[in-house]
Amino acid sequence: MPARVVVLGGGVGGTLVANLLSKELGQEATVTVVDGTGMHLYQPGFLYVALDQANALWLTRDERTLLRKNVGLVVDQATKIDPVAQTVTLAHGETLAYDYLVVSTGSRILRDAVPGYGDTHDFYSLDGALRLREELRRFEGGRILVGVAGIPYKCPPAPVEFVLMLDEYLRKRGIRSRSSITLLSPLNRAFTIESASKLVQPIFDKQGVSLSTFFNVETVDAAKRTVSSLEGETAEYDLLVLVPPHKGSPVIEASVLGDAGGWIPTDRNTLQHKAYERIFAIGDATDLPISKSGSTAHFEAPVVASRIASFIRGTAPKTAYGGRVMCFLETGGGRATSLRFDYAHPPIPPKPSRVWHWAKWIFNRAYWVTVPQGRVG
Amino acid sequence: MTLTLTRTLDCKGLSCPLPIVKTAQALRQLAPGELIEVLATDPGAIKDFAAWAKATGNPLVETAQDGSVLRFVIQKRG
Repeated sequence: MPARVVVLGGGVGGTLVANLLSKELGQEATVTVVDGTGMHLYQPGFLYVALDQANALWLTRDERTLLRKNVGLVVDQATKIDPVAQTVTLAHGETLAYDYLVVSTGSRILRDAVPGYGDTHDFYSLDGALRLREELRRFEGGRILVGVAGIPYKCPPAPVEFVLMLDEYLRKRGIRSRSSITLLSPLNRAFTIESASKLVQPIFDKQGVSLSTFFNVETVDAAKRTVSSLEGETAEYDLLVLVPPHKGSPVIEASVLGDAGGWIPTDRNTLQHKAYERIFAIGDATDLPISKSGSTAHFEAPVVASRIASFIRGTAPKTAYGGRVMCFLETGGGRATSLRFDYAHPPIPPKPSRVWHWAKWIFNRAYWVTVPQGRVG
Repeated sequence: MTLTLTRTLDCKGLSCPLPIVKTAQALRQLAPGELIEVLATDPGAIKDFAAWAKATGNPLVETAQDGSVLRFVIQKRG
Protein backbone atom coordinates (compact mmCIF):
# COMPACT_ATOMS: atom_id res chain seq x y z
CA MET A 1 0.00 0.00 0.00
CA PRO A 2 1.38 3.44 -0.85
CA ALA A 3 2.31 5.68 2.09
CA ARG A 4 -0.25 8.36 2.91
CA VAL A 5 1.04 11.92 3.18
CA VAL A 6 -1.38 14.66 4.24
CA VAL A 7 -0.37 18.31 3.87
CA LEU A 8 -2.35 20.90 5.82
CA GLY A 9 -2.40 24.27 4.07
CA GLY A 10 -1.96 25.16 0.41
CA GLY A 11 0.41 28.09 0.73
CA VAL A 12 3.97 28.32 -0.58
CA GLY A 13 5.37 25.58 1.66
CA GLY A 14 2.44 23.15 1.48
CA THR A 15 2.08 23.37 -2.28
CA LEU A 16 5.78 22.93 -2.91
CA VAL A 17 6.21 20.02 -0.50
CA ALA A 18 3.20 18.21 -2.05
CA ASN A 19 4.51 18.68 -5.59
CA LEU A 20 8.05 17.61 -4.70
CA LEU A 21 6.83 14.49 -2.88
CA SER A 22 4.55 13.50 -5.71
CA LYS A 23 7.34 13.97 -8.24
CA GLU A 24 9.87 12.05 -6.16
CA LEU A 25 7.66 9.18 -5.00
CA GLY A 26 5.17 8.69 -7.84
CA GLN A 27 3.07 5.59 -7.01
CA GLU A 28 4.90 5.01 -3.72
CA ALA A 29 2.76 7.61 -1.95
CA THR A 30 -0.62 9.30 -2.07
CA VAL A 31 -0.27 13.00 -1.37
CA THR A 32 -3.30 15.04 -0.29
CA VAL A 33 -3.39 18.78 0.35
CA VAL A 34 -6.12 20.06 2.67
CA ASP A 35 -6.85 23.77 2.32
CA GLY A 36 -9.70 25.81 3.79
CA THR A 37 -10.27 27.97 0.72
CA GLY A 38 -8.69 26.18 -2.22
CA MET A 39 -7.25 29.53 -3.26
CA HIS A 40 -3.53 30.23 -3.19
CA LEU A 41 -2.63 33.71 -2.06
CA TYR A 42 0.65 35.48 -2.92
CA GLN A 43 0.99 37.47 0.27
CA PRO A 44 4.10 39.53 -0.64
CA GLY A 45 1.82 41.32 -3.11
CA PHE A 46 -0.28 42.99 -0.36
CA LEU A 47 2.29 45.75 -0.04
CA TYR A 48 2.01 46.66 -3.73
CA VAL A 49 -1.79 46.54 -3.68
CA ALA A 50 -1.98 48.86 -0.66
CA LEU A 51 0.30 51.38 -2.41
CA ASP A 52 -1.62 51.19 -5.68
CA GLN A 53 1.22 49.60 -7.62
CA ALA A 54 -0.56 46.36 -8.44
CA ASN A 55 -3.98 44.96 -9.10
CA ALA A 56 -5.31 42.49 -6.54
CA LEU A 57 -6.17 39.96 -9.26
CA TRP A 58 -2.61 38.70 -9.70
CA LEU A 59 -2.40 37.72 -6.01
CA THR A 60 -4.71 34.73 -6.16
CA ARG A 61 -4.84 31.49 -8.12
CA ASP A 62 -6.89 28.35 -7.88
CA GLU A 63 -4.73 25.97 -5.81
CA ARG A 64 -5.73 23.05 -8.07
CA THR A 65 -3.91 24.64 -11.02
CA LEU A 66 -0.66 24.79 -9.01
CA LEU A 67 -0.65 21.15 -7.90
CA ARG A 68 0.60 18.21 -9.92
CA LYS A 69 -2.22 16.07 -11.33
CA ASN A 70 -1.75 13.18 -8.93
CA VAL A 71 -1.76 15.37 -5.80
CA GLY A 72 -5.22 15.30 -4.20
CA LEU A 73 -6.84 18.54 -3.04
CA VAL A 74 -9.51 18.60 -0.35
CA VAL A 75 -11.10 22.02 0.12
CA ASP A 76 -12.09 21.88 3.77
CA GLN A 77 -10.89 23.13 7.12
CA ALA A 78 -8.82 20.75 9.26
CA THR A 79 -10.25 20.99 12.77
CA LYS A 80 -8.31 18.38 14.75
CA ILE A 81 -5.12 16.38 14.47
CA ASP A 82 -4.81 13.17 16.48
CA PRO A 83 -1.06 12.46 16.59
CA VAL A 84 -1.54 9.03 18.20
CA ALA A 85 -4.23 7.66 15.89
CA GLN A 86 -2.54 9.60 13.03
CA THR A 87 -5.71 11.16 11.71
CA VAL A 88 -6.95 14.59 10.71
CA THR A 89 -10.59 15.53 11.22
CA LEU A 90 -12.16 17.97 8.77
CA ALA A 91 -14.92 20.53 9.40
CA HIS A 92 -17.45 18.59 7.33
CA GLY A 93 -16.90 15.46 9.38
CA GLU A 94 -14.54 13.45 7.18
CA THR A 95 -11.43 11.90 8.72
CA LEU A 96 -8.15 11.46 6.83
CA ALA A 97 -5.56 8.94 8.00
CA TYR A 98 -1.88 9.73 7.47
CA ASP A 99 1.49 8.07 7.74
CA TYR A 100 3.22 11.47 7.52
CA LEU A 101 1.69 14.86 8.17
CA VAL A 102 3.01 18.23 7.05
CA VAL A 103 1.64 21.21 8.97
CA SER A 104 1.97 24.26 6.71
CA THR A 105 -1.00 26.16 8.04
CA GLY A 106 0.74 29.56 8.17
CA SER A 107 -0.31 32.22 10.62
CA ARG A 108 -3.49 34.17 11.19
CA ILE A 109 -3.82 37.78 12.20
CA LEU A 110 -5.77 38.77 15.31
CA ARG A 111 -6.77 42.42 15.12
CA ASP A 112 -9.00 42.05 18.20
CA ALA A 113 -6.00 41.20 20.38
CA VAL A 114 -5.13 44.92 20.44
CA PRO A 115 -7.55 46.92 22.62
CA GLY A 116 -9.11 49.67 20.49
CA TYR A 117 -7.75 48.28 17.19
CA GLY A 118 -11.12 48.93 15.54
CA ASP A 119 -10.67 50.06 11.93
CA THR A 120 -6.92 50.62 12.18
CA HIS A 121 -5.33 49.90 8.81
CA ASP A 122 -3.01 47.06 7.84
CA PHE A 123 -1.42 45.51 4.76
CA TYR A 124 -1.32 41.97 6.18
CA SER A 125 -4.47 40.68 4.48
CA LEU A 126 -6.04 41.22 1.08
CA ASP A 127 -9.04 43.06 2.51
CA GLY A 128 -6.71 45.16 4.70
CA ALA A 129 -4.55 46.10 1.71
CA LEU A 130 -7.58 47.05 -0.40
CA ARG A 131 -9.07 49.17 2.39
CA LEU A 132 -5.72 50.91 2.96
CA ARG A 133 -5.44 51.62 -0.78
CA GLU A 134 -8.81 53.41 -0.71
CA GLU A 135 -7.82 55.35 2.41
CA LEU A 136 -4.53 56.43 0.82
CA ARG A 137 -6.28 57.54 -2.37
CA ARG A 138 -8.44 59.85 -0.23
CA PHE A 139 -5.57 60.98 2.01
CA GLU A 140 -4.77 64.68 1.78
CA GLY A 141 -1.87 64.84 4.23
CA GLY A 142 -1.31 64.44 7.96
CA ARG A 143 0.59 62.40 10.53
CA ILE A 144 1.07 58.78 9.50
CA LEU A 145 2.23 56.26 12.07
CA VAL A 146 3.30 52.75 11.06
CA GLY A 147 3.89 50.24 13.86
CA VAL A 148 4.05 46.66 15.05
CA ALA A 149 1.36 45.38 17.42
CA GLY A 150 2.71 41.90 18.11
CA ILE A 151 5.83 39.74 17.89
CA PRO A 152 6.42 37.53 15.97
CA TYR A 153 4.97 38.78 12.70
CA LYS A 154 5.37 37.80 9.06
CA CYS A 155 8.09 39.33 6.92
CA PRO A 156 10.02 41.45 9.47
CA PRO A 157 11.27 44.03 6.92
CA ALA A 158 7.77 44.76 5.54
CA PRO A 159 7.06 47.82 7.74
CA VAL A 160 10.40 49.32 6.58
CA GLU A 161 9.51 48.66 2.95
CA PHE A 162 6.07 50.14 3.53
CA VAL A 163 7.28 53.47 4.97
CA LEU A 164 9.88 53.95 2.24
CA MET A 165 7.43 53.09 -0.53
CA LEU A 166 4.80 55.28 1.15
CA ASP A 167 7.25 58.20 1.11
CA GLU A 168 7.59 57.75 -2.65
CA TYR A 169 3.81 57.37 -3.09
CA LEU A 170 3.07 60.62 -1.21
CA ARG A 171 5.72 62.50 -3.21
CA LYS A 172 4.15 61.36 -6.48
CA ARG A 173 0.77 62.58 -5.24
CA GLY A 174 2.31 65.92 -4.26
CA ILE A 175 1.23 65.67 -0.61
CA ARG A 176 4.50 64.58 0.99
CA SER A 177 5.25 68.09 2.33
CA ARG A 178 1.91 68.05 4.14
CA SER A 179 2.57 64.64 5.69
CA SER A 180 4.87 63.12 8.29
CA ILE A 181 5.81 59.44 8.36
CA THR A 182 6.98 57.77 11.56
CA LEU A 183 7.91 54.12 12.00
CA LEU A 184 7.21 52.87 15.53
CA SER A 185 9.87 50.21 15.96
CA PRO A 186 9.92 47.46 18.62
CA LEU A 187 13.71 47.93 18.87
CA ASN A 188 16.19 50.82 18.76
CA ARG A 189 16.65 50.42 15.00
CA ALA A 190 14.50 50.10 11.88
CA PHE A 191 14.06 46.33 12.32
CA THR A 192 15.60 43.21 13.83
CA ILE A 193 18.53 42.67 11.47
CA GLU A 194 21.25 45.10 12.49
CA SER A 195 23.19 45.26 9.22
CA ALA A 196 20.05 46.01 7.22
CA SER A 197 18.92 48.61 9.76
CA LYS A 198 22.25 50.40 9.33
CA LEU A 199 21.75 50.35 5.59
CA VAL A 200 18.27 51.86 5.65
CA GLN A 201 18.84 54.50 8.37
CA PRO A 202 20.55 56.99 5.97
CA ILE A 203 17.61 56.52 3.58
CA PHE A 204 15.17 57.31 6.41
CA ASP A 205 17.22 60.44 7.21
CA LYS A 206 17.38 61.54 3.57
CA GLN A 207 13.67 60.99 2.95
CA GLY A 208 12.59 62.53 6.25
CA VAL A 209 11.07 59.34 7.65
CA SER A 210 11.20 59.38 11.48
CA LEU A 211 11.94 56.41 13.68
CA SER A 212 10.36 56.11 17.12
CA THR A 213 12.37 53.48 18.99
CA PHE A 214 11.25 50.89 21.53
CA PHE A 215 7.62 51.53 20.75
CA ASN A 216 5.79 48.20 21.11
CA VAL A 217 2.16 48.96 20.36
CA GLU A 218 -0.19 47.98 23.17
CA THR A 219 -3.46 49.90 22.73
CA VAL A 220 -5.19 52.22 20.27
CA ASP A 221 -7.68 54.94 21.09
CA ALA A 222 -9.48 55.59 17.81
CA ALA A 223 -11.62 58.42 19.22
CA LYS A 224 -8.59 60.38 20.42
CA ARG A 225 -6.46 59.15 17.52
CA THR A 226 -3.65 58.01 19.76
CA VAL A 227 -1.62 54.84 20.04
CA SER A 228 0.17 53.79 23.24
CA SER A 229 3.15 51.53 23.79
CA LEU A 230 4.10 48.90 26.35
CA GLU A 231 6.95 51.25 27.21
CA GLY A 232 4.43 53.86 28.34
CA GLU A 233 4.57 56.35 25.46
CA THR A 234 1.61 57.77 23.53
CA ALA A 235 1.66 59.15 19.97
CA GLU A 236 -0.97 61.00 17.93
CA TYR A 237 -1.93 60.14 14.36
CA ASP A 238 -4.17 61.01 11.45
CA LEU A 239 -3.59 57.66 9.75
CA LEU A 240 -2.48 54.58 11.65
CA VAL A 241 -1.15 51.46 9.94
CA LEU A 242 -0.28 48.51 12.18
CA VAL A 243 1.02 45.01 11.75
CA PRO A 244 -1.66 43.06 13.64
CA PRO A 245 -0.65 40.39 16.19
CA HIS A 246 -0.13 36.92 14.69
CA LYS A 247 -0.96 33.46 16.01
CA GLY A 248 -0.69 29.94 14.66
CA SER A 249 -3.60 28.08 13.10
CA PRO A 250 -6.61 27.17 15.31
CA VAL A 251 -6.13 23.47 14.39
CA ILE A 252 -2.80 23.48 16.25
CA GLU A 253 -4.44 24.91 19.37
CA ALA A 254 -7.43 22.55 19.14
CA SER A 255 -5.06 19.59 18.89
CA VAL A 256 -2.78 20.83 21.72
CA LEU A 257 0.24 20.48 19.44
CA GLY A 258 1.69 23.96 19.82
CA ASP A 259 3.03 26.50 22.29
CA ALA A 260 1.13 29.46 23.78
CA GLY A 261 1.21 31.30 20.44
CA GLY A 262 -0.08 28.28 18.54
CA TRP A 263 3.32 27.60 16.92
CA ILE A 264 4.59 24.02 16.53
CA PRO A 265 7.66 23.11 18.62
CA THR A 266 9.91 22.18 15.71
CA ASP A 267 13.40 20.70 15.46
CA ARG A 268 15.49 23.41 13.77
CA ASN A 269 17.28 20.97 11.45
CA THR A 270 14.88 18.06 10.77
CA LEU A 271 11.72 20.23 10.89
CA GLN A 272 9.91 17.47 12.77
CA HIS A 273 7.52 18.11 15.63
CA LYS A 274 9.58 17.76 18.81
CA ALA A 275 7.18 15.18 20.25
CA TYR A 276 5.86 13.40 17.15
CA GLU A 277 8.35 12.29 14.51
CA ARG A 278 5.71 11.73 11.82
CA ILE A 279 4.57 15.33 11.98
CA PHE A 280 6.62 17.95 10.11
CA ALA A 281 6.12 21.70 10.21
CA ILE A 282 7.17 24.39 7.75
CA GLY A 283 6.87 28.11 7.25
CA ASP A 284 4.99 30.34 9.68
CA ALA A 285 3.60 27.32 11.55
CA THR A 286 6.92 26.55 13.30
CA ASP A 287 8.24 28.09 16.52
CA LEU A 288 11.72 28.52 14.98
CA PRO A 289 13.38 31.87 15.75
CA ILE A 290 13.74 32.78 12.07
CA SER A 291 11.67 34.97 9.76
CA LYS A 292 8.09 33.99 9.19
CA SER A 293 8.06 34.37 5.42
CA GLY A 294 7.29 32.63 2.18
CA SER A 295 11.01 32.42 1.54
CA THR A 296 11.56 30.39 4.69
CA ALA A 297 8.79 27.97 3.71
CA HIS A 298 10.23 27.80 0.20
CA PHE A 299 13.64 26.68 1.49
CA GLU A 300 12.20 24.32 4.12
CA ALA A 301 9.85 22.46 1.76
CA PRO A 302 12.55 20.53 -0.18
CA VAL A 303 14.11 19.41 3.13
CA VAL A 304 10.78 18.11 4.43
CA ALA A 305 9.96 16.42 1.12
CA SER A 306 13.36 14.73 0.99
CA ARG A 307 13.22 13.57 4.62
CA ILE A 308 9.70 12.15 4.23
CA ALA A 309 10.79 10.33 1.06
CA SER A 310 13.74 8.85 2.98
CA PHE A 311 11.45 7.70 5.80
CA ILE A 312 9.07 6.04 3.35
CA ARG A 313 11.92 4.27 1.56
CA GLY A 314 13.70 3.40 4.77
CA THR A 315 16.91 5.14 3.72
CA ALA A 316 19.13 7.57 5.62
CA PRO A 317 18.00 11.22 5.42
CA LYS A 318 19.99 13.21 2.88
CA THR A 319 19.35 16.79 3.87
CA ALA A 320 18.77 19.04 6.87
CA TYR A 321 17.58 22.62 7.16
CA GLY A 322 20.31 25.13 7.91
CA GLY A 323 18.08 28.15 8.46
CA ARG A 324 18.40 29.49 4.93
CA VAL A 325 16.27 32.54 4.09
CA MET A 326 16.54 34.95 1.16
CA CYS A 327 14.40 38.01 0.70
CA PHE A 328 14.30 41.37 -0.99
CA LEU A 329 13.84 44.68 0.77
CA GLU A 330 12.36 47.58 -1.19
CA THR A 331 14.03 50.85 -0.19
CA GLY A 332 11.88 53.22 -2.29
CA GLY A 333 12.71 55.18 -5.43
CA GLY A 334 12.78 52.00 -7.50
CA ARG A 335 15.66 50.56 -5.51
CA ALA A 336 15.95 47.49 -3.31
CA THR A 337 18.49 45.39 -1.47
CA SER A 338 18.57 41.67 -0.65
CA LEU A 339 18.98 39.72 2.57
CA ARG A 340 20.51 36.27 2.50
CA PHE A 341 21.21 34.46 5.75
CA ASP A 342 21.00 31.22 7.71
CA TYR A 343 21.37 30.02 11.31
CA ALA A 344 25.13 30.59 11.26
CA HIS A 345 25.52 33.60 8.97
CA PRO A 346 23.85 36.99 9.46
CA PRO A 347 23.06 38.84 6.23
CA ILE A 348 25.41 41.33 4.57
CA PRO A 349 23.00 43.32 2.41
CA PRO A 350 24.36 44.96 -0.76
CA LYS A 351 23.91 48.69 -1.40
CA PRO A 352 20.33 49.35 -2.58
CA SER A 353 20.13 49.40 -6.36
CA ARG A 354 17.70 49.15 -9.25
CA VAL A 355 18.95 45.64 -9.99
CA TRP A 356 17.46 44.19 -6.77
CA HIS A 357 14.23 46.08 -7.30
CA TRP A 358 13.87 44.49 -10.74
CA ALA A 359 14.88 41.11 -9.36
CA LYS A 360 12.08 41.39 -6.80
CA TRP A 361 9.61 42.45 -9.44
CA ILE A 362 10.55 39.60 -11.77
CA PHE A 363 10.28 37.17 -8.87
CA ASN A 364 6.81 38.52 -8.02
CA ARG A 365 5.71 38.05 -11.60
CA ALA A 366 7.34 34.68 -12.18
CA TYR A 367 6.21 33.22 -8.84
CA TRP A 368 3.18 31.39 -10.21
CA VAL A 369 5.10 29.38 -12.78
CA THR A 370 8.26 28.68 -10.77
CA VAL A 371 8.04 28.40 -6.98
CA PRO A 372 5.07 26.07 -6.41
CA GLN A 373 6.45 23.69 -9.04
CA GLY A 374 9.93 23.60 -7.51
CA ARG A 375 11.61 25.23 -10.51
CA VAL A 376 13.73 27.62 -8.45
CA GLY A 377 15.81 26.53 -5.51
CA MET B 1 25.56 42.16 46.59
CA THR B 2 22.57 39.85 46.89
CA LEU B 3 19.65 40.77 44.72
CA THR B 4 16.10 39.81 45.58
CA LEU B 5 14.35 38.92 42.39
CA THR B 6 10.61 39.35 42.11
CA ARG B 7 10.34 37.34 38.95
CA THR B 8 12.31 35.30 36.44
CA LEU B 9 11.38 35.40 32.77
CA ASP B 10 12.59 32.59 30.53
CA CYS B 11 13.20 33.90 27.00
CA LYS B 12 15.66 31.19 25.98
CA GLY B 13 15.33 30.24 22.33
CA LEU B 14 13.42 33.42 21.47
CA SER B 15 14.85 35.88 19.01
CA CYS B 16 14.85 39.64 19.45
CA PRO B 17 12.71 41.66 19.86
CA LEU B 18 10.55 39.04 21.61
CA PRO B 19 12.61 39.02 24.87
CA ILE B 20 12.30 42.84 25.00
CA VAL B 21 8.55 42.73 24.42
CA LYS B 22 8.04 40.03 27.06
CA THR B 23 10.17 41.97 29.53
CA ALA B 24 8.21 45.17 28.89
CA GLN B 25 4.97 43.24 29.47
CA ALA B 26 6.26 41.56 32.64
CA LEU B 27 7.52 44.86 34.04
CA ARG B 28 3.95 46.17 34.05
CA GLN B 29 3.14 43.69 36.84
CA LEU B 30 6.02 44.83 39.03
CA ALA B 31 6.18 47.62 41.60
CA PRO B 32 8.80 50.37 41.15
CA GLY B 33 12.17 49.24 42.43
CA GLU B 34 11.44 45.51 42.07
CA LEU B 35 13.82 43.34 40.07
CA ILE B 36 13.21 40.98 37.19
CA GLU B 37 15.66 38.41 35.88
CA VAL B 38 15.54 37.63 32.16
CA LEU B 39 17.23 34.58 30.64
CA ALA B 40 17.86 34.69 26.90
CA THR B 41 19.99 33.02 24.24
CA ASP B 42 19.86 35.48 21.34
CA PRO B 43 23.35 37.09 21.32
CA GLY B 44 21.76 40.32 20.03
CA ALA B 45 20.01 40.66 23.39
CA ILE B 46 23.16 42.08 25.05
CA LYS B 47 23.11 45.24 22.95
CA ASP B 48 19.32 45.38 22.80
CA PHE B 49 18.76 45.20 26.57
CA ALA B 50 21.44 47.81 27.19
CA ALA B 51 19.82 50.19 24.69
CA TRP B 52 16.32 49.39 25.89
CA ALA B 53 17.21 50.03 29.55
CA LYS B 54 18.75 53.37 28.63
CA ALA B 55 15.80 54.39 26.44
CA THR B 56 13.09 53.41 28.91
CA GLY B 57 14.89 54.44 32.12
CA ASN B 58 14.60 51.00 33.72
CA PRO B 59 18.11 50.32 35.05
CA LEU B 60 19.96 47.25 33.82
CA VAL B 61 21.46 46.11 37.11
CA GLU B 62 23.35 43.10 35.87
CA THR B 63 24.41 41.38 32.64
CA ALA B 64 26.01 37.97 32.83
CA GLN B 65 26.71 35.02 30.58
CA ASP B 66 26.81 31.33 31.46
CA GLY B 67 27.72 29.36 28.36
CA SER B 68 25.10 30.27 25.76
CA VAL B 69 22.63 31.60 28.32
CA LEU B 70 22.53 35.35 28.91
CA ARG B 71 21.19 36.71 32.16
CA PHE B 72 19.89 40.23 32.63
CA VAL B 73 18.59 41.77 35.82
CA ILE B 74 16.41 44.81 35.33
CA GLN B 75 14.96 47.11 37.95
CA LYS B 76 11.61 48.73 37.36
CA ARG B 77 12.08 52.48 37.34
CA GLY B 78 10.68 54.46 40.25
